[in-house]
Amino acid sequence: MFKKFNHELVEKNAGLLGLLAIVAISFGTLVEITPQLFLSETNTPMKNMKPYTALQFEGRDIYIREGCVQCHSQMIRPFRHETERYGHYSLAGESVWDHPFLWGSKRTGPDLARVGGRYSDAWHVAHLNDPRAVVPESNMPGFPWLAQTTMDGELTAKKLSIFRDYFDVPYTDEDIAGAKDAVKGKTELDALIAYLQSLGTHLK
Amino acid sequence: MSTFWSSWIIGGTLIVILGCAYILRMVIVDTMGEEGKEMPHKFDGIVEMNNPLPKWWTYMFAISIVWGIGYLALYGVANYEGPWQWKSANKIVYSLAESKAAVLAEKEKGAIIQYDMEMAMAKETFDPIFAAYAAKPIDVLAKDPEAIKVGQRLFIQNCSQCHGSDARGQRGFPNLTDNDWLHGGSMEKIKETIMHGRNSTAMASWSAVLGGEQGVKEVVAYVRSLSGRKVNAKDATAGKAKFGICAGCHGIDGKGMHVMGAPNLTDNIWLYGGSERAITDSVANGRIGIMPAWKDILGHDKVHVISAYVYSLSNK
Repeated sequence: MFKKFNHELVEKNAGLLGLLAIVAISFGTLVEITPQLFLSETNTPMKNMKPYTALQFEGRDIYIREGCVQCHSQMIRPFRHETERYGHYSLAGESVWDHPFLWGSKRTGPDLARVGGRYSDAWHVAHLNDPRAVVPESNMPGFPWLAQTTMDGELTAKKLSIFRDYFDVPYTDEDIAGAKDAVKGKTELDALIAYLQSLGTHLK
Repeated sequence: MSTFWSSWIIGGTLIVILGCAYILRMVIVDTMGEEGKEMPHKFDGIVEMNNPLPKWWTYMFAISIVWGIGYLALYGVANYEGPWQWKSANKIVYSLAESKAAVLAEKEKGAIIQYDMEMAMAKETFDPIFAAYAAKPIDVLAKDPEAIKVGQRLFIQNCSQCHGSDARGQRGFPNLTDNDWLHGGSMEKIKETIMHGRNSTAMASWSAVLGGEQGVKEVVAYVRSLSGRKVNAKDATAGKAKFGICAGCHGIDGKGMHVMGAPNLTDNIWLYGGSERAITDSVANGRIGIMPAWKDILGHDKVHVISAYVYSLSNK
C-alpha cells in the first residue's frame, strides 16, 4: 500500500501515530527515570540512618492523610538561598526508605526536609492546634483534631512489616512486635510531631 | 554509576537526538509531490496545500540539535564528565563528613561544582563581615546600628517563629525585650543560650508531692501572693510551708535561679500565664520549655550577631 516509510504513512494511520508517540515519550522515562531505580547511588541509605520508629511512622501516615505535602516540600535544592534557610541540600540517601517519597513540589509553607529539632515539641503543639497562635502572619490551617484523636496502633505492626518485607527497610522483629504498644494511646498529634522532629536528622 | 547504566543513558540520549535529526531530514527530503500544489486530501471543502516547513522553524530545530550535543559535550552526561567536570552539587554523599570531604576533593580535582562555587563566593563576600562582627564584644555590637540590622534580619528569619517578629514572645515562649531572663541576660549567657540551646530544664508535675488538689491550690495561692495578688491568706500560709519543695529551683524567696532556668515568681511576668488556672496547670502538670541549639545551623559568627541584637533589646 505504501511504498516507503514516510510521514504520510504515519499521518494517515492513527494507530501507528499513537504507537510512535508512545515510543518517543517512553524514551524520556527510560533514560531519566529507569536507571534511578537500579543505581546504587540512589538506593544506598545514609550512614547512621535509622528507620522511622513506630510512632514516627504513624506520624508520617498522618502527614500524608492531612495533605501536608500539598503545601510543604521536603526537598532542599542545592542553591545557597535554600541551604542558608533550610540547611544542607537533600540527598538521595535520605529518601530510600520513604515509600512514597514526600518531596512535594509546592511551597505555600516552608520546606520541611530539615525541620527536625528546629522547634520544640511545645511549639509544634501550639502551632498545629492554631498556627496563628505562634506565627500571626501564617496562612496555614489549624489541625486541632489531631490532639483529640487517640490511636489504637492496630495496623502499625502490619505497616512496618510491609516496609520490611517489600521495601527492605531494616526493621527488627522487636520493632514490629513492639509497634502496637509504642503507638497505642498516643494521640495523632504526638505521632505527627515525632515524625516532624525526625525529618532531616539522619544527615550527620 | 555502572558502565551498563552509563551507556544506557548516553545511548538513549543519542538515540533521541539523532532520531530528531532523522525525522527532520525525512520531512525535508520527502516533499510528497510538488511544493505549492494542493494535496490529495480534502475535508469539508478545505484543501491542504503542500507547503514546505517554515525556514525559521527548520533552522531553529537544527540549531537546537547542535546546541543539545554541544551542551552534553561540555556539561557531561552519565559517566562522561566533560571538560569542566561540571556538577550542580556533590550529590553522592552519605554523611555530613563525606559532604565536606567531597567539596575539598572536587576542588583539588579542579572540577566545577556549581553549588560549591556559589558557597565559596558567598563565604568570600560575607565571612569577613561576620568575622569583623564576631571580633567585637556583644555590648559594642549592640550599639552598632548596622550590626543590629543584620541581627534583626537573622532573628526574624530564624527566631521569630517562637519569639515573635518583635521579640516579645508569647505564651510559652519568652519575651526577650523585658530584661527578665530564665537563663541569665548577660552577653555570655544570651550567646550560650542561642549557641547550645536550653533543653535540660523542665518543671516536673508536683501534684502528687504536694498532696493533690488542695496542696497545689495552697502553693498557687502563695506563689500568686509573691507578686502582690490578692489571695486567700489561709491557703497562702499553708502554701508557704510547702514552698520549700519549690525553693530548690525557684529559691527561698521565689526569685528564681538562672542556673536551673527557673523563673522569678515575684515579678509578675508569667511565661505560661499568671491566672490562677494557668499557674495551677504549671504546678500540677509541670512545664517543659525547650530552646533548640543554633550552633550547627547558623554557626558561631551569626549567633554572635543575633546575641547582640537580643542583648540590645534590653540594654538600650
